Amino acid sequence: MPPMGGVTGAMKGTGGSMGKKKERPKNTKNTIIRLFSYMKETKLQLAGALCCVLASTVSTLAASYMLRPVINNYIIGFNENGGIKSLAMALVVMASVYLLGVLATYFQAKLMLKVSQRAMFSLRRDLFVHMQKLPVSFFDMNSKGDLMSRYTNDVDVVGEMLNSTAVQLFSGIMTLVGTFAMMIYTNIWLSLITFVMAPVIIYSGRFLVSRSRKYYAAQQKSLGALNGCIEETISGQRVVKVFCHEKQAVEDFKKYNYDLKDKQIKAQFFGGIMGPVVGNLGQVNYSLTAMIGGILCVLKGFDIGGLTIFVTYARQFSRPINEITMQMNTIFSALAGAERVFDICDMEVEDVTGDIPDNVKGEIVMDDVTFGYRKDTPVLKHISLVAKKGQKIAFVGSTGAGKTTITNLLTRFYEIWDGGITLDGRDIRTLNMEELRKNIALVLQDTHLFTGTVMENIRYGRLDASDEEVIAAAKTANADYFIRHLSEGYDTVLEGDGSNLSQGQRQLLNIARAALSKAPVLIMDEATSSVDTITERQIQDGMDRLMSDRTTFVIAHRLSTIRNADAIMVLENGEIIEWGTHEQLLAMKGRYYELYTGKAELD
Amino acid sequence: MKLFLKYIKPYVYYYILGPIFMLVEVAGEIILPWLLSKIINVGAANHDVGYITRIGLVMVLVAVCMAVGGVLGAWFAANAAMNFGADLRMDLFEKIQKFSFNNIDKFSTGSLITRLTNDITQIQNMIMQTLRACLRSPGILIGAITMAFVISPSLAIVFIIVVPVLVISIIIIMKKAFPRFKALQNSIDCLNSCVQEGLVNIRLIKSFVRKDYEEKRFDEHNKDLFDKNIHAMNIMIKYQPVMTLALNATTVAVVWFGGNMIIGGKMQVGDLTAFINYIVQIMGSLTMLSIVFLNWARAVASFRRVREVLEEEIDLTDDNALYKERKVEDGNISFKNVSFRYYKNSEENVLSNISFDVKAGQTLAIIGPTGSGKTTLVSLISRLYDVDAGEVCVDGVNVKEYSLDNLRNGIGMVLQKNTLFSGDIYENLRWGNENADEKTIAQAAADAQADKFIRGFREGYNTQLGQGGSNVSGGQKQRLCIARALLKHPKILILDDSTSAVDTATEKYIRDVLYGKYSDMTKIIIAQRITSVMEADEILVMDNGCVKGFGTHEELLKTCPLYKEIFDIQISKEVG
Repeated sequence: MPPMGGVTGAMKGTGGSMGKKKERPKNTKNTIIRLFSYMKETKLQLAGALCCVLASTVSTLAASYMLRPVINNYIIGFNENGGIKSLAMALVVMASVYLLGVLATYFQAKLMLKVSQRAMFSLRRDLFVHMQKLPVSFFDMNSKGDLMSRYTNDVDVVGEMLNSTAVQLFSGIMTLVGTFAMMIYTNIWLSLITFVMAPVIIYSGRFLVSRSRKYYAAQQKSLGALNGCIEETISGQRVVKVFCHEKQAVEDFKKYNYDLKDKQIKAQFFGGIMGPVVGNLGQVNYSLTAMIGGILCVLKGFDIGGLTIFVTYARQFSRPINEITMQMNTIFSALAGAERVFDICDMEVEDVTGDIPDNVKGEIVMDDVTFGYRKDTPVLKHISLVAKKGQKIAFVGSTGAGKTTITNLLTRFYEIWDGGITLDGRDIRTLNMEELRKNIALVLQDTHLFTGTVMENIRYGRLDASDEEVIAAAKTANADYFIRHLSEGYDTVLEGDGSNLSQGQRQLLNIARAALSKAPVLIMDEATSSVDTITERQIQDGMDRLMSDRTTFVIAHRLSTIRNADAIMVLENGEIIEWGTHEQLLAMKGRYYELYTGKAELD
Repeated sequence: MKLFLKYIKPYVYYYILGPIFMLVEVAGEIILPWLLSKIINVGAANHDVGYITRIGLVMVLVAVCMAVGGVLGAWFAANAAMNFGADLRMDLFEKIQKFSFNNIDKFSTGSLITRLTNDITQIQNMIMQTLRACLRSPGILIGAITMAFVISPSLAIVFIIVVPVLVISIIIIMKKAFPRFKALQNSIDCLNSCVQEGLVNIRLIKSFVRKDYEEKRFDEHNKDLFDKNIHAMNIMIKYQPVMTLALNATTVAVVWFGGNMIIGGKMQVGDLTAFINYIVQIMGSLTMLSIVFLNWARAVASFRRVREVLEEEIDLTDDNALYKERKVEDGNISFKNVSFRYYKNSEENVLSNISFDVKAGQTLAIIGPTGSGKTTLVSLISRLYDVDAGEVCVDGVNVKEYSLDNLRNGIGMVLQKNTLFSGDIYENLRWGNENADEKTIAQAAADAQADKFIRGFREGYNTQLGQGGSNVSGGQKQRLCIARALLKHPKILILDDSTSAVDTATEKYIRDVLYGKYSDMTKIIIAQRITSVMEADEILVMDNGCVKGFGTHEELLKTCPLYKEIFDIQISKEVG
């Protein structure tokens, strides 16, 4: 095995792409194509929605135009053109066109809702499913908050874009083009005013957007600093109080707070004047059109109906421009969001394939294993050991000595650099990863529970276990007593990571979970660190039963828990410096002896 | 609402000027169509080019005024909202700084952070939007309707029918949408917590190979979110068509009735044009109003959450302290029949009937199983919580009679869950004494056995610590925290399990310094290791909130079975 495994390579890639977080998408074309693939399933609806947009835009423009003949022919020229009846007829036609437009708008919204929600659904699903397949190193290297925000912020902004932006952009452009066309058709000379005004409006819109983007970035930066200050102070609030540091904290906060305020005022101001400026430039256009149009009526015989609809068009003209400019921001951030989601979906997954071991006895051999998380800094060096079926192997050593790393390697959460690990004589790298893990039960120090009942949480260890088996497992872990004292016993719903339980109680549930599993290999990583000495002694019997016919690896801070191990490995700086049974090690009068007699302590 | 008035007061002119400038825009919106009708009715009808030009120029001028009004309005609105938010945030933060431990426990840290950040932002946006829309929308609504009546009262009756119908249908839509959005929010929360659990439990999921199970769980939540989204949005997408339909129906009706009136000679063509313009404006302002209402619903929740913090009663103050000027002089501590519980409605005491004395300069060690109340007990000395019964005295004076600053400045406390802050080591240690010079700091660090490893860092005392001190090891962090407390030169030093990650040899050095150089300081040491407590002048053994033994090591071995048990588990077996 080369020093840099596939997983490590993927890890590096992860770190790199996640380091830079820009709002600007990097590979726009591919991202767009890929987003479209999420709408494949609903392509009929999408096509339908676009047709509806077309229909609604055309009918809106058409209906506005129809006012011209209505005014010219049936109102002003009432007598020549068939009287009240034709006016009524014309209005009925106009109303139908309007109705058509409204219906088209409604169906477009309904169809797009389906399209966008479906896409979001699939996007979230793909993200989750893919994440489940990523190696543990990925989760170790990325903050939970960052990953969470991909499900929430990023998917949401993509959904928003699919739902409204895309349609609005399409209809905006359609309206713009349509309005132009209608204007030219109505009166080419009068259109010239709008042609002159349009670039002015568009340019000032763009100017304001870029300006506000600059201030907005400054605001976000300042907000980030403030949030950092808040988070740190509030999380350390107890220390602040103990040191009477409140006034100082308020002073620090004040600085950030008012700095943010100044930035915010600028950002919000520039963001806020977009509407008035662009909108009122539209009003100027409207006024000029009305004036010149009026003059044209007098001098060139331009019709009143034409003027009426023309000013309506001129008025409407700024709206799509405004909309399009505003949507551009959403589109950029949505594409950037989509890219962040796709970044994860493109990451290399764990290769789980391999032979399926059967009748696993649980004999584990590590042969000259070397491993490190970062290139060139090995955490474990030349580790060799043999664990026969049913044996209990313990690891002691200071923090950073590499104890937990061993569990990461046995479960293949990380791949070793050099050497070999075998299960029943077969290299674990040749085994199917999932099958390998099914044969290892893991009890970790960080005890996290799932939302659900106590029963469900324990049953996580073996999904087909009966209620009786679950209760028996709880008894083994000495958890039965406290569970029965919960408000609903085994049916008590644990919420928010089991915050209503103490750390020690959560550890007991974790042990019960492992007890339920039938895996022949058991790894206990500081599994009882938060259980006090006395309770630990009470569960000792159960633990002994739990371990009796399994190969067990125990990592413990408290030496009293590992005395009866078949072999104790003393780790220091990634190497096994001593090993043997408790008695042998004491007789050696080495590091273990020092630790045990209290001459030295573990860090 | 009264609570928030004070954030408006200092900036009241922003709140007045903002809407006033918005009114300029509103007036313009109303005048422009009317001027247009003049062009058609008077100018075009009389073939008066001069008149048309004059009116046209007035229109352009109005439009420019509108732009200026809009910009200034935005300026004042931004100022009003951001000042409101900044001041509110400031007060909220100061209030939290005054919180007792009890108050902090009640709100979780996470929720306090959200209130300071998201909720305030939500409120700011709301205020800005309101200031810009509050006069604008109703103004346009009223102005446009008024103008419609001025132009033609009989034609304006159409509005009297349409507007109420429209308002009622908007209300119906909103009412129906509200519970659906609530259900949607709920569904979002469920999905988020499902993902979060998947992330923190990844090792467990992988080791139990529960990928498929997790996917199934996720799928359920995902599908539910999908359904709830469709359900909620299905209502909202009706909104736009209803508005447009009303707009269009009104237009047709106006053209029909207006057309008939023109034919009958009762109205001019220009008036019809103006009328149609007003319809567009009325509908626009109604849409705007309903958006504002919708956002208000969200902002109200934020207001409520902020108010909760602002109105939270601080249950621990020094307002009634008798000796506010008094400082901790010697460091005698005495507990007299102290009982305490965290939740006043819970039946069991966390501490019951505790009494003991520690003389100045002595060392008291506290030992006992997890959850026996050791940390709670020492928290009472710095008055982080108030006792429920009995009294805690320092130098013979009840801790309630000191000012909190004087009391806590006299006590150095190293918490179990300790925090360092971002900044360099100097800055962190100066928390103990703002004015300490570099030599003093180095001395305190040396006493805490921290000087050596600090100097080992490339940048020594100028080394930047990450947030929460993430770039130093557990043992280093504990020693830095001790140094920080020593810099205070307190009369009483409390170490709550604060050397657990320090090796025994180093711990011994620290203890030697404390017993030697700081011999006049009263020391309280909570520890798990029996070796750490053996040498203390007095040892307090706790279990279940009660004192199980008090005395020296030798005495306790004889008199206290619990102490003996702990001793046996930890020590005697090693010898035997």
